[in-house]
Amino acid sequence: MIFARSLFGFAAAVLGVLAFGSAARIIWGPTDADRAVALDTMNSLVIAIMILLAAAYDSVLLVDLAIVYGGLSFVATMFLARYIERRSRS
Amino acid sequence: MSWIVYVLIVPLVFLGMLVNSLGVISLYRFKDVYMRMHGATKCSTLGTLFCAAAVIVYCAARIAAGGELRFAVLIIHIVMALFGLLIGNSTSAHVLSRAAYRSGIKPRFAVVDEFGDFCKKELEEEAAELAQEEERE
Repeated sequence: MIFARSLFGFAAAVLGVLAFGSAARIIWGPTDADRAVALDTMNSLVIAIMILLAAAYDSVLLVDLAIVYGGLSFVATMFLARYIERRSRS
Repeated sequence: MSWIVYVLIVPLVFLGMLVNSLGVISLYRFKDVYMRMHGATKCSTLGTLFCAAAVIVYCAARIAAGGELRFAVLIIHIVMALFGLLIGNSTSAHVLSRAAYRSGIKPRFAVVDEFGDFCKKELEEEAAELAQEEERE
Protein backbone atom coordinates (compact mmCIF):
# COMPACT_ATOMS: atom_id res chain seq x y z
CA MET A 1 0.00 0.00 0.00
CA ILE A 2 2.83 2.37 0.87
CA PHE A 3 4.59 1.30 -2.34
CA ALA A 4 1.51 2.17 -4.41
CA ARG A 5 1.22 5.58 -2.73
CA SER A 6 4.85 6.46 -3.30
CA LEU A 7 4.52 5.26 -6.91
CA PHE A 8 1.64 7.67 -7.46
CA GLY A 9 3.64 10.47 -5.83
CA PHE A 10 6.62 9.76 -8.10
CA ALA A 11 4.38 9.77 -11.18
CA ALA A 12 2.88 13.10 -10.08
CA ALA A 13 6.39 14.57 -9.72
CA VAL A 14 7.37 13.41 -13.22
CA LEU A 15 4.17 14.89 -14.68
CA GLY A 16 4.94 18.14 -12.84
CA VAL A 17 8.30 18.35 -14.61
CA LEU A 18 6.50 17.73 -17.93
CA ALA A 19 4.04 20.53 -17.11
CA PHE A 20 6.98 22.90 -16.70
CA GLY A 21 8.22 21.70 -20.09
CA SER A 22 4.99 22.71 -21.77
CA ALA A 23 5.04 26.00 -19.84
CA ALA A 24 8.33 26.74 -21.62
CA ARG A 25 6.48 26.34 -24.91
CA ILE A 26 3.85 28.83 -23.69
CA ILE A 27 6.59 31.41 -23.09
CA TRP A 28 8.56 30.58 -26.23
CA GLY A 29 5.90 29.76 -28.82
CA PRO A 30 6.11 31.60 -32.14
CA THR A 31 2.38 32.16 -32.63
CA ASP A 32 -0.62 32.56 -30.35
CA ALA A 33 -2.10 29.24 -31.45
CA ASP A 34 1.07 27.48 -30.24
CA ARG A 35 0.64 29.03 -26.82
CA ALA A 36 -3.00 27.95 -26.67
CA VAL A 37 -2.10 24.36 -27.61
CA ALA A 38 0.62 24.24 -24.94
CA LEU A 39 -1.84 25.61 -22.37
CA ASP A 40 -4.32 22.89 -23.29
CA THR A 41 -1.63 20.23 -22.81
CA MET A 42 -0.66 21.71 -19.46
CA ASN A 43 -4.28 21.66 -18.29
CA SER A 44 -4.71 17.95 -18.93
CA LEU A 45 -1.33 17.29 -17.25
CA VAL A 46 -2.51 19.17 -14.16
CA ILE A 47 -5.72 17.10 -14.11
CA ALA A 48 -3.62 13.90 -14.22
CA ILE A 49 -1.45 15.23 -11.36
CA MET A 50 -4.52 16.00 -9.25
CA ILE A 51 -6.00 12.51 -9.80
CA LEU A 52 -2.68 10.85 -8.87
CA LEU A 53 -2.26 13.00 -5.75
CA ALA A 54 -5.82 12.23 -4.70
CA ALA A 55 -4.90 8.54 -4.69
CA ALA A 56 -1.61 9.26 -2.92
CA TYR A 57 -3.21 11.31 -0.13
CA ASP A 58 -6.58 9.41 0.01
CA SER A 59 -8.65 12.56 -0.46
CA VAL A 60 -11.75 12.97 -2.62
CA LEU A 61 -11.39 16.76 -2.49
CA LEU A 62 -8.58 16.79 -5.06
CA VAL A 63 -10.66 14.86 -7.59
CA ASP A 64 -13.50 17.36 -7.15
CA LEU A 65 -10.95 20.10 -7.79
CA ALA A 66 -9.87 18.24 -10.94
CA ILE A 67 -13.47 18.13 -12.23
CA VAL A 68 -13.94 21.88 -11.69
CA TYR A 69 -10.50 22.64 -13.16
CA GLY A 70 -11.34 20.61 -16.27
CA GLY A 71 -14.58 22.50 -16.86
CA LEU A 72 -12.95 25.89 -16.32
CA SER A 73 -10.01 25.07 -18.60
CA PHE A 74 -12.44 23.97 -21.32
CA VAL A 75 -14.26 27.32 -21.15
CA ALA A 76 -10.94 29.19 -21.07
CA THR A 77 -9.70 27.39 -24.19
CA MET A 78 -12.96 28.18 -25.99
CA PHE A 79 -12.58 31.90 -25.25
CA LEU A 80 -8.89 31.84 -26.23
CA ALA A 81 -9.83 30.31 -29.59
CA ARG A 82 -12.51 32.95 -30.11
CA TYR A 83 -9.96 35.66 -29.29
CA ILE A 84 -7.39 34.28 -31.73
CA GLU A 85 -9.98 33.97 -34.49
CA ARG A 86 -11.59 37.36 -34.03
CA ARG A 87 -8.43 39.40 -33.69
CA SER A 88 -7.04 38.29 -37.01
CA ARG A 89 -10.17 38.74 -39.13
CA SER A 90 -10.73 42.38 -38.21
CA MET B 1 -3.15 -5.93 -1.18
CA SER B 2 -1.68 -8.80 -3.12
CA TRP B 3 1.07 -8.56 -5.69
CA ILE B 4 -1.41 -9.17 -8.56
CA VAL B 5 -2.68 -5.61 -8.11
CA TYR B 6 0.83 -4.24 -8.53
CA VAL B 7 1.20 -6.19 -11.76
CA LEU B 8 -1.73 -4.09 -13.03
CA ILE B 9 -0.88 -0.75 -11.42
CA VAL B 10 2.83 -0.38 -12.22
CA PRO B 11 2.57 -0.82 -16.03
CA LEU B 12 -0.46 1.49 -16.16
CA VAL B 13 1.34 4.28 -14.29
CA PHE B 14 4.50 3.91 -16.37
CA LEU B 15 2.49 3.85 -19.62
CA GLY B 16 0.75 7.02 -18.49
CA MET B 17 4.06 8.77 -17.79
CA LEU B 18 5.54 7.55 -21.11
CA VAL B 19 2.60 8.69 -23.23
CA ASN B 20 2.38 12.04 -21.46
CA SER B 21 6.10 12.65 -21.98
CA LEU B 22 5.70 11.76 -25.67
CA GLY B 23 2.98 14.43 -25.84
CA VAL B 24 5.27 17.07 -24.33
CA ILE B 25 8.21 16.04 -26.54
CA SER B 26 5.96 16.40 -29.59
CA LEU B 27 5.45 20.06 -28.64
CA TYR B 28 9.15 20.58 -29.39
CA ARG B 29 9.91 18.13 -32.19
CA PHE B 30 7.20 19.15 -34.66
CA LYS B 31 7.42 22.12 -36.99
CA ASP B 32 3.86 23.35 -37.39
CA VAL B 33 0.96 24.34 -35.11
CA TYR B 34 -1.24 21.60 -36.54
CA MET B 35 1.41 18.90 -36.14
CA ARG B 36 2.06 19.99 -32.56
CA MET B 37 -1.65 19.92 -31.84
CA HIS B 38 -1.95 16.45 -33.36
CA GLY B 39 0.78 15.12 -31.09
CA ALA B 40 0.05 16.96 -27.88
CA THR B 41 -3.73 16.60 -27.66
CA LYS B 42 -3.93 12.90 -28.39
CA CYS B 43 -0.99 11.94 -26.20
CA SER B 44 -1.99 14.01 -23.18
CA THR B 45 -5.55 12.67 -23.29
CA LEU B 46 -4.40 9.04 -23.53
CA GLY B 47 -1.77 9.50 -20.82
CA THR B 48 -4.28 11.00 -18.40
CA LEU B 49 -6.59 8.09 -19.20
CA PHE B 50 -3.85 5.58 -18.28
CA CYS B 51 -3.01 7.37 -14.99
CA ALA B 52 -6.68 7.47 -14.02
CA ALA B 53 -7.05 3.77 -14.89
CA ALA B 54 -4.18 2.97 -12.52
CA VAL B 55 -5.86 4.97 -9.74
CA ILE B 56 -9.18 3.21 -10.41
CA VAL B 57 -7.51 -0.22 -10.13
CA TYR B 58 -5.84 0.87 -6.88
CA CYS B 59 -9.17 2.06 -5.42
CA ALA B 60 -10.93 -1.16 -6.46
CA ALA B 61 -8.20 -3.16 -4.71
CA ARG B 62 -8.60 -1.07 -1.56
CA ILE B 63 -12.38 -1.70 -1.64
CA ALA B 64 -11.78 -5.43 -2.04
CA ALA B 65 -9.27 -5.40 0.83
CA GLY B 66 -11.01 -3.23 3.42
CA GLY B 67 -14.43 -2.38 2.05
CA GLU B 68 -14.24 1.34 2.72
CA LEU B 69 -16.91 3.52 1.10
CA ARG B 70 -14.49 6.44 0.54
CA PHE B 71 -12.81 4.68 -2.36
CA ALA B 72 -16.09 4.00 -4.16
CA VAL B 73 -16.77 7.75 -4.06
CA LEU B 74 -13.25 8.33 -5.40
CA ILE B 75 -13.87 5.95 -8.33
CA ILE B 76 -17.16 7.65 -9.25
CA HIS B 77 -15.59 11.11 -9.18
CA ILE B 78 -12.60 9.99 -11.25
CA VAL B 79 -14.95 8.57 -13.89
CA MET B 80 -16.83 11.90 -13.98
CA ALA B 81 -13.55 13.83 -14.37
CA LEU B 82 -12.46 11.50 -17.18
CA PHE B 83 -15.76 11.98 -19.00
CA GLY B 84 -15.37 15.76 -18.87
CA LEU B 85 -11.73 15.49 -19.95
CA LEU B 86 -12.48 13.32 -22.98
CA ILE B 87 -15.24 15.58 -24.29
CA GLY B 88 -13.47 18.82 -23.42
CA ASN B 89 -10.06 17.97 -24.87
CA SER B 90 -11.33 16.79 -28.24
CA THR B 91 -13.73 19.71 -28.62
CA SER B 92 -11.17 22.33 -27.63
CA ALA B 93 -8.57 20.86 -30.04
CA HIS B 94 -11.11 21.08 -32.85
CA VAL B 95 -11.99 24.69 -32.01
CA LEU B 96 -8.31 25.66 -31.65
CA SER B 97 -7.33 24.25 -35.03
CA ARG B 98 -10.24 26.04 -36.68
CA ALA B 99 -9.25 29.31 -35.01
CA ALA B 100 -5.60 28.82 -36.02
CA TYR B 101 -6.60 28.29 -39.65
CA ARG B 102 -8.86 31.32 -39.68
CA SER B 103 -6.16 33.47 -38.09
CA GLY B 104 -4.04 32.98 -41.20
CA ILE B 105 -1.61 30.17 -40.32
CA LYS B 106 -1.65 27.92 -43.37
CA PRO B 107 -0.70 24.23 -43.03
CA ARG B 108 2.44 24.26 -45.18
CA PHE B 109 3.14 20.54 -44.86
CA ALA B 110 -0.39 19.36 -45.63
CA VAL B 111 -1.20 17.58 -48.88
CA VAL B 112 -4.99 18.00 -48.91
CA ASP B 113 -6.60 21.24 -47.70
CA GLU B 114 -10.38 20.87 -47.81
CA PHE B 115 -11.13 23.45 -45.14
CA GLY B 116 -9.36 26.09 -47.24
CA ASP B 117 -11.75 25.48 -50.15
CA PHE B 118 -14.67 25.66 -47.73
CA CYS B 119 -13.43 28.97 -46.32
CA LYS B 120 -12.96 30.38 -49.83
CA LYS B 121 -16.53 29.41 -50.79
CA GLU B 122 -17.84 30.99 -47.57
CA LEU B 123 -15.99 34.25 -48.28
CA GLU B 124 -17.37 34.34 -51.84
CA GLU B 125 -20.93 33.87 -50.54
CA GLU B 126 -20.44 36.68 -48.01
CA ALA B 127 -19.15 38.97 -50.77
CA ALA B 128 -22.16 38.10 -52.96
CA GLU B 129 -24.58 38.89 -50.12
CA LEU B 130 -22.87 42.23 -49.49
CA ALA B 131 -23.12 43.11 -53.20
CA GLN B 132 -26.83 42.25 -53.22
CA GLU B 133 -27.49 44.49 -50.20
CA GLU B 134 -25.68 47.38 -51.87
CA GLU B 135 -27.79 46.94 -55.01
CA ARG B 136 -31.00 47.11 -52.95
CA GLU B 137 -29.94 50.33 -51.32
